[in-house]
Amino acid sequence: MNTNSGSTTAVESRRAVLKAGAAITAATLAPGLMFYGVAHSRPAEEPASKDVRWGMLIDTQKCGDGCKSCVTACNEEHGLSGKTGPQDSQWIRKVDIRNLQTDAQHALPMLCQHCENPPCVDVCPTGASMKRADGIVLVDSHLCIGCRYCMMACPYQARSLVHEPLTDQKPDVPRGVGCVESCTFCVQRVDRDETPACVEACTEAGHNAMLFGDINNPETPIAKALKARASTEVRADLNLNTGVRYQGI
Amino acid sequence: MNIAFREIQAKQGYWLTMAVLAALAGVGVLSALYMEHHGHIVTGMTNQIVWGLPHVFAVFLIVAASGALNVASIATVFGKTLYKPLNRLSALMALTFLAGGLMVLVLDLGRADRIIVAMTEYNFKSIFAWNVILYNGFFVIVIAYLWTMMDRQGGPWYKAVGTFAFVWRLILTTGTGSIFGFLVAREAYDAALLAPMFIIFSFNYGLALFMLILMGLYKGDQRPLGDKLLGRMRSLLGTFVAASLYFTLVYHLTNLYFTKHHGLEAFLLLEGGVHTQVFWLGQVLVGYVVPMTILFNAALSGRGWTVIAAVAAVLGGLSQMWVTIVGGQAYPIEMFPGYAVSSSFYDGAVHAYSPSMVEVLLGVGGLATAILLTVGACKVLRFMPERLDDETLAALHGKH
Repeated sequence: MNTNSGSTTAVESRRAVLKAGAAITAATLAPGLMFYGVAHSRPAEEPASKDVRWGMLIDTQKCGDGCKSCVTACNEEHGLSGKTGPQDSQWIRKVDIRNLQTDAQHALPMLCQHCENPPCVDVCPTGASMKRADGIVLVDSHLCIGCRYCMMACPYQARSLVHEPLTDQKPDVPRGVGCVESCTFCVQRVDRDETPACVEACTEAGHNAMLFGDINNPETPIAKALKARASTEVRADLNLNTGVRYQGI
Repeated sequence: MNIAFREIQAKQGYWLTMAVLAALAGVGVLSALYMEHHGHIVTGMTNQIVWGLPHVFAVFLIVAASGALNVASIATVFGKTLYKPLNRLSALMALTFLAGGLMVLVLDLGRADRIIVAMTEYNFKSIFAWNVILYNGFFVIVIAYLWTMMDRQGGPWYKAVGTFAFVWRLILTTGTGSIFGFLVAREAYDAALLAPMFIIFSFNYGLALFMLILMGLYKGDQRPLGDKLLGRMRSLLGTFVAASLYFTLVYHLTNLYFTKHHGLEAFLLLEGGVHTQVFWLGQVLVGYVVPMTILFNAALSGRGWTVIAAVAAVLGGLSQMWVTIVGGQAYPIEMFPGYAVSSSFYDGAVHAYSPSMVEVLLGVGGLATAILLTVGACKVLRFMPERLDDETLAALHGKH
């Protein structure tokens, strides 16, 4: 066996190269593997599961008086102007309510309620209004003809028509003039296993009034919270089984 | 003795009338192109009043179209031979007014360029999708109906096709009324009554427009039109106006009985500003009281009075559509009963709406298109009997 110093150096340097290569490979792949391992993000080719039902629980007692963090975050996430004229899009808004008999006052965010039986989906002539298997109600911007029948049908006035041509849109939030749009539960974030922008902003603002998760899975915080304390559906008389529930009203 | 049908002879004022109608129709289309280019920002419509004046015109024209066919149905289905000479014009108006209404409806879409999507993608739970089929089917059936009237070969099918067209038009107007009837979210709609109410409205508006077009065409082309025939139509229109008033009464009485609808009724009948005025002055006074006063009064049987009554019925119809469509949306959705509500999205507030000029021009353009197509068709094909004087009709049908 030839063990001269020159060849030893060559072997060592080869090992060093291999080690460095392995380290670089590990450093490159690890975040992806970690991300996959921790987040369980759903691959693009895998359809939404009907075993999941995304829902939101809003505690109006915790909702900050005058706080609009959720609204601002939604506008930024989706590239909305933030203007509040009657022709401007608002996907989420703060609603102030006062009981006419008792004078009790509440403030709450109002958004698409992601109904199990959504009237907007029922009335849409082309099927542009649709509900994903995991309960998220969306508008297919390619099929929407802008008839606004869904806006007539929505009991929550959750929808807006894009009244003028748009520029500088967010790449993962398709919007278009003449089409109807509304809250998507930040579907682009949910599919990356993140929470909706409004919920994140509410938590960051320290209010923790909004909880998001799979209400079909009894182990999730939202399912536990819904089981522990009574919650309300807005316009429960319509029996739409909303995905958004409120506590404190 | 057979009745002779003749094309319009293009006498005095024909081309001028056509030019004015074509200009109005053209301006309507240009308005729609302007809307298409800039988006609905150039209209008075908002995220709260999502259907505005174009829908008022469009739904009125569509409802009137199905009603215009009624004259033919009376002859074909119910065997009233007096009306048989009018059945071609009746079927023609059913086609042209539907075309005018659909023109407005389609051009007011946010994405009118996607009409092919509306024609190829169907959600069969949507009454809107059903209406697309009902409207298209109506065109086909009424064209076939006209063929049975105008072509000797079609004659044997006349009764069958006419009956089918009558049934189809009842379903069609049920569908139009149900666009509103099937809206669970809003106080003013969500009622099965809207479907039969729209059918009655269609009898009223369709006949009023038919009488106006008939009188206009016969006067313009200097053809005789007898008082006996018009007298029959006056009685019929009076009955339809009275029936419209009856349905309006029942609609509001039902709402007044239910506590949850008291807010809506107070809004429509008392506090709704322009909507309350349009209801009482437009729909009730002009649309019901004026026509009934004229039509049920023998002393007011002159041709001029009949024109006033029919015009009043049409204006009343447009007023009714305004109250139903715009007034129904202006009243805020009651999301939290028992609470005062406010937000940046105008929750809890009465929604303001003032139509822009483009909406007015588009709506009027649709009406002009319907009349233009009617008058134009009468020039090229034989839709109008040469004579409709009392003597001719008596010779044809005895003492009808």
